[in-house]
Amino acid sequence: MQLARVVGTVVATKKHPKFEGAKLLLVQPTTVDDQPRGVPLLAVDSVGAGVSERVLIVIEGRAAGEALGRKGAPVDAAVSGIVDRVDVTE
Amino acid sequence: MCPTDMQLAKVIGDVVVTRKDENLTGVTLLVLQPLAADGSPIGRTLVAVDAVGAGVGETVFFVRGKEASFPFYPTEVPTDAGVVGIVDHWDLG
Repeated sequence: MQLARVVGTVVATKKHPKFEGAKLLLVQPTTVDDQPRGVPLLAVDSVGAGVSERVLIVIEGRAAGEALGRKGAPVDAAVSGIVDRVDVTE
Repeated sequence: MCPTDMQLAKVIGDVVVTRKDENLTGVTLLVLQPLAADGSPIGRTLVAVDAVGAGVGETVFFVRGKEASFPFYPTEVPTDAGVVGIVDHWDLG
């Protein structure tokens, strides 16, 4: 799983039927120091995250499909939690 | 380095997440720094679920992919990485 910041929301009218009702977020993966790392990606949201919030994202198809509540959905990433705190000791 | 290999890592922190997928309830989330064979940090840090009771400062091995949720079966924990062992030591031939 990766730490990320929600940087936007994505609206798509024409999409695969399995995406009906899904909330799509644009998230920027970050380091533990909250610095951007790599390119932004799309993730389905099942926890009610909003723009600028720090979140935990899971990049694995089956888990992402479960977050969406349906099997066989063509997704590979999901927001699985809203981060309160990251404690790093070194 | 194949992204699905089991790898060595050091636990460098933890993550507190209150609002989350219900299947993450009660699961400890650890920040891992993957290690090279000589013990030096290599690659990106990541967050993994803990299946063995590992803590900060310990050297562990972890698995990536859907297999990371297998220790919690039948609960389908939404994760792509999981700590599955605490390393006592390793030797290079």
